[in-house]
Amino acid sequence: MKSRYKRALIIIAALAVIGVAALLILNALNSNIALYVTPSEVSAGKAPKDQAFRIGGMVKDESVRRDGLTVYFVITDLVKDVPVAYTGILPDLFKEGKGAVIQGRMNTNGEFIASEVLAKHDENYMPPEAKHALEQAQKNGSNK
Amino acid sequence: MIPEFGHYALILALCIALIQGVLPLIGAHQGRREWLILARPAAQTVFLLLATAFVILAWSFYINDFSVLYVAEHSNSQMPVMYRLGAVWGGHEGSLLLWVFLLSTWTILVAQLSKALDEFMVARVIGVLGLVMSGLLLFVLTTSNPFMRLLPAAQDGRSLNPLLQDPGLVFHPPMLYMGYVGFSVAFAFAIASLLSGRLDAAWARWSRPWTTAAWVFLTLGIALGSWWAYYELGWGGWWFWDPVENASFIPWLVGTALLHSLAVTEKRGGFKSWTVLLAITAFSLSLLGTFLVRSGVLTSVHAFATDPRRGVFILIFLVLVVGSSLILYAWRAPKSSLGGKFSLSSRETFILLGNVFLVVSAGSVLLGTLYPLLIDALHLGKISVGPPYFNSVFVPLMAPLLVLMGIGPWTNWKSSDLLGVIKRLWLAGSVAVLAGISIPLMMGEFTWLAGLGFLLAFWVIASGCLQIIRQAKAGKPTRSFIGMQFAHLGIAVFVIGVTMVGAYQEEKDVRMSAGDTVSVGGYQIQFEGVNVVPGPNYQAMRGTFLLNKNGNTQTIMHPEKRNYFSSTMPMTEAAIDAGLTRDIYVSLGEELPDKSWAVRVYYKPFVDWIWGGCLLMALGGVLAIFDKRYRIKLKRQVA
Repeated sequence: MKSRYKRALIIIAALAVIGVAALLILNALNSNIALYVTPSEVSAGKAPKDQAFRIGGMVKDESVRRDGLTVYFVITDLVKDVPVAYTGILPDLFKEGKGAVIQGRMNTNGEFIASEVLAKHDENYMPPEAKHALEQAQKNGSNK
Repeated sequence: MIPEFGHYALILALCIALIQGVLPLIGAHQGRREWLILARPAAQTVFLLLATAFVILAWSFYINDFSVLYVAEHSNSQMPVMYRLGAVWGGHEGSLLLWVFLLSTWTILVAQLSKALDEFMVARVIGVLGLVMSGLLLFVLTTSNPFMRLLPAAQDGRSLNPLLQDPGLVFHPPMLYMGYVGFSVAFAFAIASLLSGRLDAAWARWSRPWTTAAWVFLTLGIALGSWWAYYELGWGGWWFWDPVENASFIPWLVGTALLHSLAVTEKRGGFKSWTVLLAITAFSLSLLGTFLVRSGVLTSVHAFATDPRRGVFILIFLVLVVGSSLILYAWRAPKSSLGGKFSLSSRETFILLGNVFLVVSAGSVLLGTLYPLLIDALHLGKISVGPPYFNSVFVPLMAPLLVLMGIGPWTNWKSSDLLGVIKRLWLAGSVAVLAGISIPLMMGEFTWLAGLGFLLAFWVIASGCLQIIRQAKAGKPTRSFIGMQFAHLGIAVFVIGVTMVGAYQEEKDVRMSAGDTVSVGGYQIQFEGVNVVPGPNYQAMRGTFLLNKNGNTQTIMHPEKRNYFSSTMPMTEAAIDAGLTRDIYVSLGEELPDKSWAVRVYYKPFVDWIWGGCLLMALGGVLAIFDKRYRIKLKRQVA
């Protein structure tokens, strides 16, 4: 075989791999991205209806209530609240009055069913998404 | 006074590093011997200065000098000595000092072990390393000085994040950084060869063992990190596709591609431009990793409170390094891209294809990691890309790579009889298919993913066994050959571990009162109760669990929930009963209002094979480094 064809074949093979990878990536990105939503946006009805998403905010003081392994609490940006239910074991740094990021879906009663409560590993660290939600809410509040 | 000496040593090191970076390069360019011989003594001086700075920082931790801000923030007089020393790299400033210290360690190793290499090449390599060093030292001194004073001194330190108070801290970061930073040597060799225009097999032979060494450290570093996360984070997972994990994994993938591509350049003089490009990419990705970890732009378990100036500095440095090396590359890279002639059915083709898969998968991981940043920067909203993305992209890209891995070593350089190879591999293929069908059935549940995993793993193992038999008939195998077998076997062992855990693990979150029993994987775990136990700088709630099988108690497990005195943050310490074919993992959640406990119980079949496989890969790398041909060459050139 001539080396020109050979090179063309190798390039085609490489492009095929890249093409398949691109397809896989686009497909996977489509179904596996979680949008960050603030509690204010949730109560304004701006949350995705049939897709999992993430909420960043603070765990409201004195809102944590336990029923067996299920934990009920409220996540807030200090303007709007979203009630949350989570079944399972919470990360060590989950605490009332601290920042948290949770992932899950809304149910029909307006309750957020969390599938994951994200662990942060430094007590002085505030997840940027939680901070963002609080700042956002504050800004909107002072505009009104 | 002593910390000021450390600071002073850093400033001096920057000055000498600039000399190391500039004069030898100009000397090599203009042929001035008196400038280029400065390379070695300059590198030695920088090493001594940085070693001094490092020891001084460690000393400040050892004597609890809380007038040093960094010590006050990361240590505490109650902490055991081991963790006080580990805390040297437990925070941002110290870990960067570790970074530059390891960079100078690599530099000095190159300087000492390259006596046989021609002077110009050595001067250029050390010069490039000196430039990289200068940039990072400037970063340390302007934004992250670990010797900053805190006056008046603190009474006691703030203590290290309890999560980091673990033997993992002592080993994981130095290993990982040693690997990260080690790619700088491959990078320096590549740039030096571009500068000199001598991009030949000798260059590849020289940079190959160095690249392999860096790769071994990175492999071990990543494996240690994964193992640490497994037993310490209390979640029982071994890989989270966390941005910072990805930041170390992407250079690993590209480094693996580089190792194989270097083999072609050494043996056949081919793929020169590609190899150089990979070397530049691997190091740039290591720098990018440092940027991602240290700038705090990503949400991750490694994210700590940060200073935005740092991110900007590393980003500028990164752009400078990548930009200038790519310009140099475009200007000087050899024009003939594929080098020596080879046919389509040759080892070159297989290595090239494998390279494509490795690089593309590195790219897909990079994309998933940076995508949220990109979207945020374009103000399109805040998003996260979860593990499902990575799994659904990464696994399909790795599967063909494993198929290639079983065939590639059978092919010859230049040209090979592919039909003959396939005929010889029918046995390996049948073993693989048999394993892919029978093992999942034996485990009690067939899934396609598990079948595929076992098929690929046994394909690689069976092909390896046949290769060993063939080699044994042909004569004594070289260390390189044994190294390759170990590394490829390591991949197969790793795949078996991942497949087993992925398909057959059992995870249970349950509520337990004293006397309750829960069963996983054929074991019964009985909860006896929780009592309070004091530790050196914490108090622990300690659970007692009996691990029973068929009515006999196998062992007693003690997971803990610790409260450190210096922190409000509780810590979960899981209890793990490890075994060759399974781990039992118990961790305490929290105490519930009715005095029962939330308990997490896992059965993880073959999970230790994941890290065992990494260990085999690293061992393979070590064997390859000590292959005779590198030493014979050395002796001949010395004589």
